[in-house]
Amino acid sequence: MAELKVSSAQQARPFALSWQARAGLVLILVYAVYAATQLGFSWDRFQSGMELGARFLGRLFPPSVERLDVLWKGIAESMEIAVLASMLGILLSLPISLLGARNLMPAWATWPSRAIIALCRSLHPVIVAIIFVKAVGFGALAGVLALTVASIGFIGKLFTEAIEEISLKQVEAVRASGASFANVIIFAVMPQVFARFVGFSTYQLDSNLRNSTMVGIVGAGGIGGTLFSAFQRFDYDFVCTILLTIIGIIMLGEILARVVRAILLDNVTISELFRGRTGPTRDRAPTGDDA
Amino acid sequence: MGASLHIIELVKEYRANQPVLKGINLDITGDGLTAVIGPSGTGKSTLLRCVNRLIEPTRGRILLKDEGNSVDLASIRGQALRKARRRIGMVFQEYNLVERLTVMENLLTGRLGYTTAFNAWRRRFEPSDIQYAYELLETVGLQGFANQRADALSGGQRQRVGIARALMQRPQMLLADEPTSSLDPKTSVEIMELLLELGRAQRIPVIVNIHDVELARRYATRIVGMSGGHIVYDGAPDGMTPDVLKEIYGGESWLS
Repeated sequence: MAELKVSSAQQARPFALSWQARAGLVLILVYAVYAATQLGFSWDRFQSGMELGARFLGRLFPPSVERLDVLWKGIAESMEIAVLASMLGILLSLPISLLGARNLMPAWATWPSRAIIALCRSLHPVIVAIIFVKAVGFGALAGVLALTVASIGFIGKLFTEAIEEISLKQVEAVRASGASFANVIIFAVMPQVFARFVGFSTYQLDSNLRNSTMVGIVGAGGIGGTLFSAFQRFDYDFVCTILLTIIGIIMLGEILARVVRAILLDNVTISELFRGRTGPTRDRAPTGDDA
Repeated sequence: MGASLHIIELVKEYRANQPVLKGINLDITGDGLTAVIGPSGTGKSTLLRCVNRLIEPTRGRILLKDEGNSVDLASIRGQALRKARRRIGMVFQEYNLVERLTVMENLLTGRLGYTTAFNAWRRRFEPSDIQYAYELLETVGLQGFANQRADALSGGQRQRVGIARALMQRPQMLLADEPTSSLDPKTSVEIMELLLELGRAQRIPVIVNIHDVELARRYATRIVGMSGGHIVYDGAPDGMTPDVLKEIYGGESWLS
C-alpha cells in the first residue's frame, strides 16, 4: 500500500482538470456547434447582412430635423412615464422591502412581500407592458404601470437584502431605550440602509428612462411608438434623430443620478460639485464591521 | 430618582432543560455601583438583558420598584414594556452607536421612547432635551463633538457617547454590559469613573458586567460573583479573597 501511494503521488499532476470538468467543457462546445447549425447561419448571409447594414447606416445620416414636435411629444411622454414609474416604484418598494426583511419581520409578513417582489421580477418589462396594454388600453398609463412593477421588483429585492445585512447591535441599543417599532426603523434601520437605497433608486430611474423608450413599441406610450412607426415607414433619418435624442437623455440622466448621489450621500454641495470636488471630502477613522 | 430591582427565581433556557441562569435571586437598591463578575458563558450578559427584556426570560420575576409602584418586567409586553425600558439606560460592550448618525442624533435616540414616529422622522425633539444633550456631552468630555458622525470617533469617545445616550433617558437605573472590554486600560478606568460618578450624581443604581476583577474591586460598592448560572458571592469588594475568586472562576494557577 505504501509503495502504491508514493508512485501515484509522483504521477499526480497539480492543477489537472477532473474528468467531470473536461466532459462539461466538451459538452458546452458540442452544444455551441449544434446551436449554430440549428439557426441556419451561413457566411453568405453574414456578408450580405454587412452590405445591408452599411446601406442602412448610410441612410440614417443626416438626421432629420423636420418633425421635432412629434419627437418632443414622444420624448416628453417617455420622461413622464419614467419619472412617475420611478416615484411610484420607490414609494411602494420601501414598505414592501421592510415587510420582506426576515431579520425584522415574522414569517407571515415576509412570505407575501417576498412573493410580490419575486412576481414583479419574473417577467420582462415589455411583457408586463403588453399585459397592461390589454388591461388598461393603449397609452402612457400602461407604461407607467409596467415600469412601476419592474421598479418594485428591482429595488424591492436589493433593498430587502440590504436591510437583512444591517448590524442588529445598533437596533438592539435603540430598542433598549424604549423606542417604538416605527422609531427603531427610523433611527436604527434607515440610517444604515439609506445610502444604498438612494443608490438603488437612482439606478432604477436610469433604467426606467431606458425602458420607457421601449414600452412604446407595444403601445404603452412614449417615444418607442414613434420610433417603431418611423422604422416601419423607412424614415431612417428620423430614426437617427430619435436614437441620438435617447442617447443624450440617458447620458443626462446618468449625470443627474450622480449629482443626486453626491448631494445625498457624500454631503457635497452643488457649488462644490461644479468646482469639481467629488469623492470623499474628509478622512474617517476606520470602523469595524461597518467600514 | 432611582428605582430598585428585585430579581426572583429567574431562569433562562436558550434550549429546553439547559438553563443558563438557574434561579437567580438578587436585590439591588440604593445608588451604588454593583459589579457582576464571573467567567465567560456564565450568563452575566443574559442576566442583564433579561432585565430590559432584550432577551426573554423563561421563568421568574423581575420587579422594578419606585415609591410604591412595582412592575414585573418579566411579564409585561408592548406599550408597558416600552414604558419600562425608558426607565432603564443601557451601555454596551461594543458601544452600539448608530454609526451613520451624528453624536447629537445618537444622544437623542435616548429620547425616542418619548417621541412620536412623525417627530422622530423630522428630527423634532424637545428643546429641553437638546439642551440636556449638550450638557451631558460636556459632562462626558465631548463638548464640540455634537455634529461629528459616530463612525468618526475613537473607542473611548464612542463609549462616552454610549453613556451619554443612556443618561438621556433620565433613567432610574443604568445597566452596563462589559463597558470596558473593548477599551485600553487607561480609557477603561476613565469609563468606570464616569459610570460611578454619574450614577451617584443621578442617585441611581448602576449594574456593570465586568471581566476585570481589579477594576471591579476598585470601583464597585458591591460585587456579585456568578458561576455556572448561580450567584456564588454577593458582598463587599474587600470580601473578594482568593478563595472566593477560586470559587467563581475555578482553578488557582491564574491567581498567583
